Amino acid sequence: MSCQPGSRRVLTSISRRRRFLQTLSSCSTVCLLSFRVFNHGNDVYDIIISGGGMVGSAMACSLGLDPNLEGKKILLLEAGNKKVMDKVPDTYSTRVSSISPGSATLLSIGAWEHITKMRFKPYKKMQVWDACSDALITFDKENVEDEMAYIVENDLVVAALTRQLDSLSENVQVKYRSKVVKYTWPMPSQEADYIPWVRVTLANGETLQTKLLIGADGPNSMVRRELGIPTVKWNYDQSAVVAVLHLSEPTENNVAWQRFLPTGPIAMLPLSDMHSSLVWSTSHSLAEELLALDEERFVDAINSAFWSNENQSDLIETAGSLFRGALSALMPSAGSPRQLPPSVAGIGPKSRVMFPLGMGHASEYIRHRVALIGDAAHRVHPLAGQGVNLGFGDVACLTQILSQAAFNGKDLGAIQHLLEYETERQRHNLPMMGAIDLMKRLYSTNAAPVVLLRTFGLQATNMLPMLKEQIMAFASK
Amino acid sequence: CRATQLQVLEKNFESKSIVRFLLFIIDTIEQSSVGSLFIWLGCFHFNASFLFVCFVRSASHSTVDPDELRKFQSLANKWWDEQGEFAALHAMNDLRVPFIRDNLLNVHRARHPGKPLAGLKILDVGCGGGLLTEPLGRLGAKVLGIDPVENSIGTAQLHSSFDPDLCERVSYQVCTLEELSGGEDEGAGHFDAVVASEVVEHLADLETFAFCCSQVLKPGGSLFITTINKTNLSYVLGIVVAEQLLRIVPNGTHDWEKFVSPVDLECLLESHGFSVQSVKGMLYNPLSGAWSWTDSTAINYALHAVKVRKQAEDSSLHPEDHTIETRS
Repeated sequence: MSCQPGSRRVLTSISRRRRFLQTLSSCSTVCLLSFRVFNHGNDVYDIIISGGGMVGSAMACSLGLDPNLEGKKILLLEAGNKKVMDKVPDTYSTRVSSISPGSATLLSIGAWEHITKMRFKPYKKMQVWDACSDALITFDKENVEDEMAYIVENDLVVAALTRQLDSLSENVQVKYRSKVVKYTWPMPSQEADYIPWVRVTLANGETLQTKLLIGADGPNSMVRRELGIPTVKWNYDQSAVVAVLHLSEPTENNVAWQRFLPTGPIAMLPLSDMHSSLVWSTSHSLAEELLALDEERFVDAINSAFWSNENQSDLIETAGSLFRGALSALMPSAGSPRQLPPSVAGIGPKSRVMFPLGMGHASEYIRHRVALIGDAAHRVHPLAGQGVNLGFGDVACLTQILSQAAFNGKDLGAIQHLLEYETERQRHNLPMMGAIDLMKRLYSTNAAPVVLLRTFGLQATNMLPMLKEQIMAFASK
Repeated sequence: CRATQLQVLEKNFESKSIVRFLLFIIDTIEQSSVGSLFIWLGCFHFNASFLFVCFVRSASHSTVDPDELRKFQSLANKWWDEQGEFAALHAMNDLRVPFIRDNLLNVHRARHPGKPLAGLKILDVGCGGGLLTEPLGRLGAKVLGIDPVENSIGTAQLHSSFDPDLCERVSYQVCTLEELSGGEDEGAGHFDAVVASEVVEHLADLETFAFCCSQVLKPGGSLFITTINKTNLSYVLGIVVAEQLLRIVPNGTHDWEKFVSPVDLECLLESHGFSVQSVKGMLYNPLSGAWSWTDSTAINYALHAVKVRKQAEDSSLHPEDHTIETRS
């Protein structure tokens, strides 16, 4: 193939111009008419979000509020019913999330206000300690006014976001009770009936088209599965037992407690002066036993899990206190005193539930015209209370990138800016997931060398305010 | 200074190439810009491929048969593959779209945040497959893309036809700028902006181009140009290295004589009633595949000029000096 030298001119000489006009002016009209036929009058959405849980709903709100995305056609698909909450329920729900200040900022336009009007509990301090030694670490904000994070019931988060979506109905459309049965991906094709968009087929037979599909459909994401994106995942051979706890006496209750038992971490998160939420990760068999216990013995098991010293050995005890002594000689002011968790008197009726724990990470968050967010992309152990915060972080990042793309006139489904989203989030999510997984593994044993190592590690970290601040800053993003 | 240097050297040497090569060596020593050689090769490669597809004209006439559609579809796949042979042109949108948008927003206030260019009419000259036409349309402007190459227009039309949002605002026409400015309905004073991106380096007659741009623009309208500078660097890298030594592109693809320096372009535009607002250098990094703004306009550059209101009226009083009719 070679170039025709004479035709390399956009502006041709005038004699050629006449010929050109005669031969070509008619065909441009023909082209125009013929191509329009391919729009079957079907609406094409700019963005469809699949999954209206906490992260999917937050994505819809966040996109709906962005000025650069004004006028874009945005749709949220949720298989379940619309979750409206006219008044706050009397009892606490067992499924709660720890919302970091960073996530609260994301929700702050509208939804967070609804949450604060309903029910939430801030905590100012977190104490993590070991069942096998006296080692402990406390995280607290220097300024007592500052909150470390907030414990909010998941139902309330969804209800608040649903309320906010109602106010955004001009920008974001929501279809409840709409189950997706099939996704059709755009493939490079030279067929005449080629459609460049993602097609979403609903159970009622309706087919929707979108320039960008956001998969927010949870750890068993159908979007991810249908795309064939491989997931690195493993089960921890652990289950979590959750319950609402009644405390034996009213306290300030502004500390999140977590103790590493050899069988897994047990956490008590504040809900109110009188209530806390339990997340007890343990082996499947122990979890089943715990579920079968009567209420009184279950409460005893919780109290002894937080208080008992039976797992401690003298060797570690001595080594740990020597190390601590040495550290405090070096830095007398650093570190924080130990506090004791409140004792539990009872549990909320029918609030005991268990579910298996696992971790998973999608090797890719994006494909052409598709992005995964939240648990669809990554699932973590609940021990650090980071699950939903990673998801909200995805929402904030993707919103910002799509907003900029829209302002630059880009096709929202183009791979270029989606890659930016993937890179930025994996850079944040992977270290976090690695750290959580490492913690989990480090504390799943009572072998003396490991216990000693983590005892020293925890104590040393506790003495280094700078390092603690870094950890907190990273976790509160 | 450079021109006299060239003339003197030309008297002594037979071959122009050698002269320019020597000048390049001098330049290189002066600016120590060896590193940019590779960068330039990268962007030259895309320019050549742009030419190549753009100017292979089809003999067949456009009818609505499936073969024709398949042809456009395969061309569209080529043009619109963000990581394919037009990757550098796609990437250039990161600079040129904000450049056009922000300069237009300085003049016209955005009333709709989601559609900042709503209400403006833009002409995209030499639009090719519509790589720049579509983003401008998405920003709310009504854009007309023109290109003399029938295949490119077919490709552009097919691609935009899938997006109902674009159908309303983007249209294409197989024609040249002279034809458009000579036409009665869409001719004089119709557009708020004219965009000629990576086009003027292929033009035979810049005088006519400047005149026609002025013709189709409203008074106060903006002209945006991106192109390649006419430097020894661009000669050596583009013609000597890329065509003759490395054969990255077919021999004779580019005509260095048609490249234009920012100074010459500015003079030309000023003489046609434009006031040049800004000239910015652009640099392509073939390793990262990204463009960035740079102080040096030695290779690629972008220019924004505004049609001066009073002078524009003067030139329209004496159209016979420049019109296409007198030239033919």
